[in-house]
Amino acid sequence: MLSGGGGGSGGGGGGAGGGGGAGGGSGGGRSPKPSFVSYVTPEEINLTEKEISRKEKQPDLLQGEVIFCSASPIRKCTQDDFSQRGIFGSLFCTNFRISFISDETQLEEEEGQVFKNKLYGENDIPLTCVDNIYRGFDEKKKLITSGSVRNKYPSKIIIHCKDLRVFQFSLAFAKEEDAKKIFQGIVHHCLEPKSLKCIFAFSYSEKMTFSSENQTKLKTVMFDSMVDWAQEMKRTKGNCKLVSANADFNISTKLPQFFIVPLAVSEEDFTQFQGKGIPIWCWSHHSGCALFKTASLPLMQEDGCSQSYRTYMERMLNAVAQNHLYSVKTEELPETLPTIQDIQQSYNKFKQFFLVDNTTEFWMSDVKWFSSLENSGWLDIIRQCLTKAVEVVECLENENTNVLIMEEEGSDLCCVISSLVQVMLDPHFRTLEGFQSLVQKEWVAGGHHFLDRCNYLHKDKELQSPVFLLFLECVWQLLQQYAPAFQFSETYLTVLSDSVDVSVFSTFLFNSPHHRATTIQPVSLLAQKGPLNLPTVWDWSVQFNSAAQDFFTNPLYVEKSRQDKVPRKTFRPKHQRHQSLPSTAFKSSPKKSFFKDETDSLKKMLRVKRISRWLNPTDLTQSTTREFYEAWQRKPLDYHGLLLPCVDGPALRVWAQRYLRWLPEVQIFGGGAMTLEKKLVDLLAEVRELRGKLDWHCSVDFSHRGAAALAGSSVRLSSAFPFFVSRTWSFKPAIPSCLQKNLITGTFADKEDEDSECLGVI
Amino acid sequence: MAEIESCFVFNASTKQSIFLCFQASNESLKMELLADVPLLPGEERVIGKYKDIIYICPFNGPVKGRVFITNYRLFFRSVDVDPAVTLNVPLGVISRVEKMGGASSRGENSYGLDITCKDMRNLRFALKQEGHSRRDIFDILFRYAFPLSHGLQLFAFLSQEKYQENGWTVYNPVQEFRRQGLPNDQWRITFLNNNYELCDTYPTILVVPYSASDEDLRKVATFRSRGRIPVLSWIHPENQAVITRCSQPLVGMSGKRNRDDERYLDIIRATNKMTSKLTIFDARPNVNAVANKATGGGYEGEDAYQNAELVFLDIHNIHVMRESLKKLKDIVYPNVEESHWLSSLESTHWLEHIKLVLSGAIQVADKISTGSSVVVHCSDGWDRTAQLTSLAMLMLDSYYRTFRGFQVLLEKEWISFGHKFASRIGHGDKNHADADRSPIFLQFIDCVWQMTKQFPTAFEFNERLLVAVLDHLYSCRFGTFLYNCESARDANEVKMKTVSLWSFINSDRASYINPFYTVEFVHVLYPVASMRHLELWVSYYIRWNPRIRQQVRKGQICSSSTHLLGSTSQDHICILQLCQRGCTSVKMRSYCKMGFNGVEMLLYF
Repeated sequence: MLSGGGGGSGGGGGGAGGGGGAGGGSGGGRSPKPSFVSYVTPEEINLTEKEISRKEKQPDLLQGEVIFCSASPIRKCTQDDFSQRGIFGSLFCTNFRISFISDETQLEEEEGQVFKNKLYGENDIPLTCVDNIYRGFDEKKKLITSGSVRNKYPSKIIIHCKDLRVFQFSLAFAKEEDAKKIFQGIVHHCLEPKSLKCIFAFSYSEKMTFSSENQTKLKTVMFDSMVDWAQEMKRTKGNCKLVSANADFNISTKLPQFFIVPLAVSEEDFTQFQGKGIPIWCWSHHSGCALFKTASLPLMQEDGCSQSYRTYMERMLNAVAQNHLYSVKTEELPETLPTIQDIQQSYNKFKQFFLVDNTTEFWMSDVKWFSSLENSGWLDIIRQCLTKAVEVVECLENENTNVLIMEEEGSDLCCVISSLVQVMLDPHFRTLEGFQSLVQKEWVAGGHHFLDRCNYLHKDKELQSPVFLLFLECVWQLLQQYAPAFQFSETYLTVLSDSVDVSVFSTFLFNSPHHRATTIQPVSLLAQKGPLNLPTVWDWSVQFNSAAQDFFTNPLYVEKSRQDKVPRKTFRPKHQRHQSLPSTAFKSSPKKSFFKDETDSLKKMLRVKRISRWLNPTDLTQSTTREFYEAWQRKPLDYHGLLLPCVDGPALRVWAQRYLRWLPEVQIFGGGAMTLEKKLVDLLAEVRELRGKLDWHCSVDFSHRGAAALAGSSVRLSSAFPFFVSRTWSFKPAIPSCLQKNLITGTFADKEDEDSECLGVI
Repeated sequence: MAEIESCFVFNASTKQSIFLCFQASNESLKMELLADVPLLPGEERVIGKYKDIIYICPFNGPVKGRVFITNYRLFFRSVDVDPAVTLNVPLGVISRVEKMGGASSRGENSYGLDITCKDMRNLRFALKQEGHSRRDIFDILFRYAFPLSHGLQLFAFLSQEKYQENGWTVYNPVQEFRRQGLPNDQWRITFLNNNYELCDTYPTILVVPYSASDEDLRKVATFRSRGRIPVLSWIHPENQAVITRCSQPLVGMSGKRNRDDERYLDIIRATNKMTSKLTIFDARPNVNAVANKATGGGYEGEDAYQNAELVFLDIHNIHVMRESLKKLKDIVYPNVEESHWLSSLESTHWLEHIKLVLSGAIQVADKISTGSSVVVHCSDGWDRTAQLTSLAMLMLDSYYRTFRGFQVLLEKEWISFGHKFASRIGHGDKNHADADRSPIFLQFIDCVWQMTKQFPTAFEFNERLLVAVLDHLYSCRFGTFLYNCESARDANEVKMKTVSLWSFINSDRASYINPFYTVEFVHVLYPVASMRHLELWVSYYIRWNPRIRQQVRKGQICSSSTHLLGSTSQDHICILQLCQRGCTSVKMRSYCKMGFNGVEMLLYF
């Protein structure tokens, strides 16, 4: 399998000094000690001579990682390089990543790399992280699609990554066959459809043993056992039924092994429509009402089934209603929210603003930045999701009605909305472990089609959509509005969003718990050992050492002090019955709720009209939600209570850390949010120390998470820290090159001599 | 190791959040409590209480209440609304008062007054048609909001406020130049303008090249608009590169040349051996500079100034900026544009202008730090020039980023060098449509705010200081921003008869300190002048809107830090314990001292 490129095999360890020197020289301009070779342009160097003198460096391979092909010398063009000449090195393609190894000694790299990812370095691109590959010629670029590659290869390839990095490699200096091989290799492994078993995680975990003790150490609740669900229900004081009938996926392959339903749902109901239409419990409000989600049934069909669908749906609605005060509101999410294709399209437009190939292009786009941003619609999609979540929160918090959210599969927007609702309502999910448990509960166990949505296998582009990222975006908006309420930091969210595309973690590899179980199982039968033990993303030690993990905690987080920790409010009876008269419930009142004894009339209603929207018309929704928000806003802000996002235009922002971190033009050297964080961490450490000195009796733990990493480091901070540490601490400012010249608004151009009029004073 | 002393204040009070539509400058001073309204010393009531007036709050609808007017402010307090809605508007912020509705007006609340303010809000009051209450209020408001148009004095001259510190001593030009290492063998201090004879809009003390004689200066003055000759603003302590400022040369249509001016600029160039070519930054767009030739102005031609390179910075004039802010107000007040917020924001061009000003200043700072001297001018050298030099100095010199240094910067580059505050703001002047009005200073403060956002630990002062400066730019309570130039201030004895804003600010230093200020040894701070990083200053421009929660991040952080550090009472206990045990550490002692002194928790590190 290992097919080292022609140039690759020779070098070995010999001639380190001389070879290194020559290699460095050919790097052009970046060699620390200029030698006579430095003045020779790379083109002039005889390739064969180079080959001999080159010291071949290889990437440090992970367990189970094999090199497919390699080529050298390859020039990596860097954006922050003023000489624009780039660095020379070798390019590798393995079963995990595309890796560029520089010929230069990377001394600088070691220093200041507090935030090093153990799996891949800054010059590595995990195969699943590749978003698009372009062939570059002149100043233009052309998208390469799978199958379009024949025998030719471009002199330059541009790789856009899903984590927004942009790489440019020039293949022009490598031997023709090597260049061809590496190009075809990269294109093949990054763009062609493949099978799940080719994903690196499987070769990786075969060789690696992720001790289950590692997993048990995690406090993250995985929601893969009865106990987890039972405890969650207990924690939220829910009063529903835990079902284990699907433990072997006998009921449905779409449902998780264990799930919770309203008490009134019977055993027979499960099997009727392969699990569709079953209201799955998400979370219980302290008042007793709860949030449910379901994969909705196609009610409108006029075939024979429709009748049984209807009666079935009525029964399910009834069951939900019985959970608390005979109230239910249902919401068909796709009716008011964008489709997954809309989300994908919008994000495609949006991300282009950050995948910038050169400085000129950057400043060109800067002029129309706000309107381009608006045109992408991405912020608007975030706004819609947040608003929808606030509506659901309003129902639970204000009206104490049960809510059932529905969607065809029940695993895309349902996941977004249900998890957002829980983040807003339940401070537990704003802690690090709580948040991770939430992702396990709603997304992993909830059967979000990670594999399809991420399109790791390059099969169906139609199914690809950054739904999970959308959720993280929404959480980020909440985080930046109410920073002290979250235990995790912006950096944590950014890293989590990156981890989705690393293809090592079981968390994001499957379409459902069933898919996961069936994928893992056969291997174990053949190999006669336990089921494959794929690492979960929550085991952060796979990617980061503990110092780097300190960046995940938010120094602003206000932990709940002991005396504040009152038990959750117990059931607060709210006599709502009189509020909603059935006669008005369906016609005019936006607040629909119904009684059990009204089931007959309900049935009639159902036959003519499907209960879909609870709040109608939309204007009404907006005004009540607005009132709800304003009423909440007037109360003093409690970071351990309900949080509602402000969704007004100026409040929603671009996740600068995630999207701007790689752009050299916008690095704020010596500034950025991280400088504030560092200061805060320093202050906290100092206060703790003072406290420690004050209190003789109490032994104070001097180390604070987050303090260790930042306080000691003498790293120069910038707005891209910790992701991007600039080697060339540039004292050169970025000066906008393309300023809009047509700002003169009409009549004032000729009035320049404003100042030349008479001075009125003295 | 030397102790780095910086003071931290965690203001736990949340008093401000109580008020919905309330004046932000929260003056908890020794105000005389008179009839439940605190009055400043020297403030007098000019109109009795008017009942039955309705404030049409754009956010909460009409609120019934009482209003009364003093020679300093308009005060409104609601009746039977809880919490009470209050308005506390210094008359100085009023730009225009108009009657709305007439005798025939029928609609509810259609008869009353419409007040346009300079601080991004409008106020509407509805009155009863009976009686003459509207006429009375209108006349009084008109008279006292625009005292200069009615032969009255500005409130600053009536105020009897007393402060411990005399803010007029904050800036001493000789001292400031000495701090910069001046005079030296290349630059001298001249008192040639002592009687404002050389240039009536310049300060009395100027720094000029050592080898230029007084006679040379006089000759140069004839060739520079209003005699505003190139003089030194700032000198780099190491490479000796200088920022000099001036007005445009009087080239005119015929393309006149002046040997003295040319020689003078070359002398400036020669003061720094590293400068082979002097860079002249003309703040204007090229076309505007050309257009100015028609009125006798122009720019330095290539032929005439051989050892200089001219760079146009494309910053637009006062009229463009005024219109831009007007558009901005339209989209944020009273309601924030909803459907197309971002494109509306873009169409105001406000941030675009901010970007241009900042990137101009970056270019100036960059030239200086690479060791070459620059000359900055626009048309008259008191608007864009002041923006550019002061911002560049803020980037280059960490002193100006301190609490004191910033005051010095404003006093020096803006006030003493004759930014026409009176004309641009229109203090006490009824002519609201005056073409001379323009938010140039606001734009500068916005640029400073953008910098504080990008470098949250680099500035010793906080956002509140910037807002307070802007509030009192209009309020006419202090003499600091009155009049167009030093000579006018002298003639009106401003320093004698009024209180300085800095007296007020420095008496409450703690409120304006950034707790996260870190003394850095990096000299130059280059902000990023990209739209990606520029944002609208929501907590200033949209501060009247209660829906936009005052998301002052620093405020949030402060309050949360208070939590983190433990409640005040706990700390006091700690401090008590500490003192009982006779802690010896200097650090700890100061910690104690500060802890005891303030009601607010102060931490001294």
